Amino acid sequence: MAVQKNKISMKNISKTFTTRTGDVSVLKDVSINVFENEFLVILGPGQCGKTVLMNILAGLEQPTGGEVVFADGTPKMGDLGIVFQKYYIYPWKNVMQNVELSQEVKGVDKKTRRESAQKYIDLVGLSGFEKSIPRELSGGMKQRVGIARAYATESDIMIMDEPFGALDAQTRYQMQEEILKIWEKKKRTVIFVTSNLEEAIYLGDRIILLGGSPTSVKAEYIPDMPRPRNYTSKEFLDLRNEIADNTDLAL
Amino acid sequence: MISKKEKRIRLLLSIAGLVIFFGVWEMAVQMGFISSRILSPPSKVVSAFIQKLTDTKPEGATLITHFLMSFKLALSAFLAAVIIGVPLGLFMGQYKAFDRFLTPIFEIIRPIPPIAWIPIVILVAGIGMSGKVFIIFVAAFVPCVINSYLGIKLTSPVLVNVARTFGASDWQIFTKVCIPSSLNMVFTGVRNALGASWSTLVAAEMLASTGGLGYMIQMGRQLIRPDIILVGMLTIGCTGALLSWLLGLLEKKVAPWRYR
Repeated sequence: MAVQKNKISMKNISKTFTTRTGDVSVLKDVSINVFENEFLVILGPGQCGKTVLMNILAGLEQPTGGEVVFADGTPKMGDLGIVFQKYYIYPWKNVMQNVELSQEVKGVDKKTRRESAQKYIDLVGLSGFEKSIPRELSGGMKQRVGIARAYATESDIMIMDEPFGALDAQTRYQMQEEILKIWEKKKRTVIFVTSNLEEAIYLGDRIILLGGSPTSVKAEYIPDMPRPRNYTSKEFLDLRNEIADNTDLAL
Repeated sequence: MISKKEKRIRLLLSIAGLVIFFGVWEMAVQMGFISSRILSPPSKVVSAFIQKLTDTKPEGATLITHFLMSFKLALSAFLAAVIIGVPLGLFMGQYKAFDRFLTPIFEIIRPIPPIAWIPIVILVAGIGMSGKVFIIFVAAFVPCVINSYLGIKLTSPVLVNVARTFGASDWQIFTKVCIPSSLNMVFTGVRNALGASWSTLVAAEMLASTGGLGYMIQMGRQLIRPDIILVGMLTIGCTGALLSWLLGLLEKKVAPWRYR
């Protein structure tokens, strides 16, 4: 494997929340390196603080300890592409307006941002649905809008926080294939968070397993299988068992 | 989608409801369960309605004159309440300083029923137009503020975060995320305000009016003319329903994403 360039280093990230009943430590000494253009999966049981970690990466929350170092300098708000849990797209905006919003708030003129948004709408396979409003779209299509919207920030780092968690099983498989296709076409550094083991093995160049209370990095796995991966192949199932044995039960 | 047949059944049910309501009422009077001196039957109300359209007797003005007086009064107070109340509620919801500064005063004013304002309004503003407008304004103002405030407060924090990660400024978040997201709540508030202003009308017109639907109803009581009272009441009811329906149409135009 070629030498990989470090894109993001999370160094000893800790996060403690102060609540009525005392301090709750959620993350403790989480250190993860993210390489350029890799598809990194962060796997952890539900409620383990994955979203908190992503919010810290995105700059929406501050860590109580440690730091995040970006190789190309700390990004400003608007420099990262983020796909949120479920499909948080704006119900009053149509597909085009949703996708172009990140450019709109930056003050890009209408023609330029529409062209750019169209490129990503085509990329996620929503051509022809530009004028549809979210209520008229299926769950899978809504999350495609979320992905196009994140890509349209033109960021080279994409954070995806359990993007397929709200989809039904069938759509979920489809979207997993789709996200890899999109990533192959437009290589970006992807940090993909999930609590689903199969999804992690199917997608990841590397898998970081989180666990413990407070949460820290438990192990790192590299699924050494060519894509598209087969859910029922022996290597897949072996790795699945290996990770499952090492995983905490969801809280 | 609703089929044509389904639509027809729904329409039929609505009509049946109205027919039964007025039918029972008509029967109750005709068969003598209720004296027609106390309660006029619908047929009498309809003929009184037609007559009152042009007749100024017995209290001095036609129904149309009364109606226009009331309508202007209620509408101007209602519009003033929307124009002042909605932005105020939106700002209170968005900006903590506004919230802290205004909420205590608002919370004290809110539980006072509009009618309780009448005596002080008479002392301060007299019995002219401005006093009545003020009372209706108070009635409509409260729901406008509360719903706009709640609409902002109920904006999904993730939708706000999405815009924040795009690098949106606070003002952009307010105008592009929070306000559109609260529009449905605002409309509900405006609709409640419309109902409140229209129904406070009668109370306001008790302020020694010389005209208006409230005045006509009052005079109907003094002259023991139940048909005139009922014409006034039903005019208020039908106008209220019509305005509410128009507002619903406007909402579908301005904020169509909630409807199928």
